[in-house]
Amino acid sequence: MNKVLSSRWAKPVVFLLCLTPLLLLGWGYYRQDLTANPIEYITHRTGDWIIRFLLITLSITPLRKLLHLPKLARFRRMLGLFAFFYGCLHLMTWVWLDKFFDLREMWTDVVKRRFITVGMTGFVLMIPLVITSTAGWVRRLGFEKWQKLHRLIYFSALAGVIHYYWLVKSDVRLPLMYGAILAILMGYRFGGWLADRRRHQLAAGASLKPMVK
Amino acid sequence: MLIRKPTDLRYSQVTPKQFYLNRRRFLAAGPAAIGALGLARMVQAGTKLDGVKKSSFSTTEKANSLQDITHYNNYYEFGTDKEDPSRNAYKLKTSPWTVKVEGAVDKPQTFDLDAINKMAPLEERIYRHRCVERWSMVIPWIGFPLSALLKQVGPTSKAKYVAFETFYDGKIMLRAEYAGIRFPYVEGLRMDEAMHPLTILAVGLYGETLPNQDGAPVRLVVPWKYGFKSIKSIVKIRLVEKEPPTTWNMSAPDEYGFYSNVNPERDHPRWSQAKERRIGEFSMRNTVKFNGYGDQVASLYSGMDLRKYY
Repeated sequence: MNKVLSSRWAKPVVFLLCLTPLLLLGWGYYRQDLTANPIEYITHRTGDWIIRFLLITLSITPLRKLLHLPKLARFRRMLGLFAFFYGCLHLMTWVWLDKFFDLREMWTDVVKRRFITVGMTGFVLMIPLVITSTAGWVRRLGFEKWQKLHRLIYFSALAGVIHYYWLVKSDVRLPLMYGAILAILMGYRFGGWLADRRRHQLAAGASLKPMVK
Repeated sequence: MLIRKPTDLRYSQVTPKQFYLNRRRFLAAGPAAIGALGLARMVQAGTKLDGVKKSSFSTTEKANSLQDITHYNNYYEFGTDKEDPSRNAYKLKTSPWTVKVEGAVDKPQTFDLDAINKMAPLEERIYRHRCVERWSMVIPWIGFPLSALLKQVGPTSKAKYVAFETFYDGKIMLRAEYAGIRFPYVEGLRMDEAMHPLTILAVGLYGETLPNQDGAPVRLVVPWKYGFKSIKSIVKIRLVEKEPPTTWNMSAPDEYGFYSNVNPERDHPRWSQAKERRIGEFSMRNTVKFNGYGDQVASLYSGMDLRKYY
């Protein structure tokens, strides 16, 4: 499996897979098959894919460790960038097709409607991650600092789930499902953090030198 | 040489109506359905309604297509996505059907569909329909004033409000816990709203009986209020003295009031109601107070603070 993942075709294939939701929307639009309200449909589908890509990105590290597939890490950046890509499309449907670039209306919504406030926060938090997603920036910041900064994705994903939960009128099954997946992914990280801490304490208790990770 | 672009015909233009109204079911039924083709069993909607009069209450705006009106529905009992009802509402058996009218009336009665269809001359009412979710349509309903039914049962002096109830059967409909609202769905009107000539019981649209997803066999239409007030598939009407509970108000009282008149000046807490998207249009339209029926209905609310009584 690691061999497949490290093949030079793997990235282009994943790239095309990530584009599929957009291609399907384009095809559906051409076929006039996006419900009676295509704009709403596009807004909702692009929104779905932001959360999904954020969750997929967050599941790379757990899957990589649990399945012993270190090569999975190759795809993490691309998946995260696709979350942002669908985020841009989602934001554009709102800015253009809902607000028609009316800045005052948009500002009112951002400050007055909490689901928009939180959604916008989630989007804005992704921007520094996108800017510093290159190898050059990892070097410039140093890995530890870079890693700390990129923990912002946790808050972005959480904001996305809350945005969705506050948006729906009453059937909250899907936002709760995304929330549950996020909770599992964060639980895994918290578990790892606890285990690390215990190891450090044990090490300190045995008056050994702290282990170098 | 003549090279044509691919056809832009839609299902609605080439497929017999009873099939495209729920084409997925037709596909799912497969060969068995083909054997049954032409039998009345498949025909859920679309019995022609005769002798329908035009009405001066109708708008001259262009009506939305039957395809749009039957494939973009809020009927949570059949699913919370807009296209769910068109897939699932075939499960509703609309015949036999009765509507029980009770409460503060001289003559409580149970009407069958036949009696309802003959209650008063059927009229075509082409109304604007404004959903609380900021979209709107124009729909050529067929029905008669609710007042005709109410007069038959004779409201007593205690009848101040009218409460309505939708059919509910957990075996064919969504569970309330999933929908997030209580079932059976209930709605209500004040007596003067119920007696207003614009308020109708609809039994059809586009010349034929109602498709299930639009609230067959009989539903309320109150064009100056948000769509959720216009309760579907009615089985019970009760005249009462106190303001009756209503489903969305119970679910989120700060978002959906008892009156729920279309009002661009009163925001929904989560979005502005100043604009709406007419289905089929690209730009947003400005929403008009009372959905443009202010001349007829504004007087019902004179002296009332409509921001308080939203």
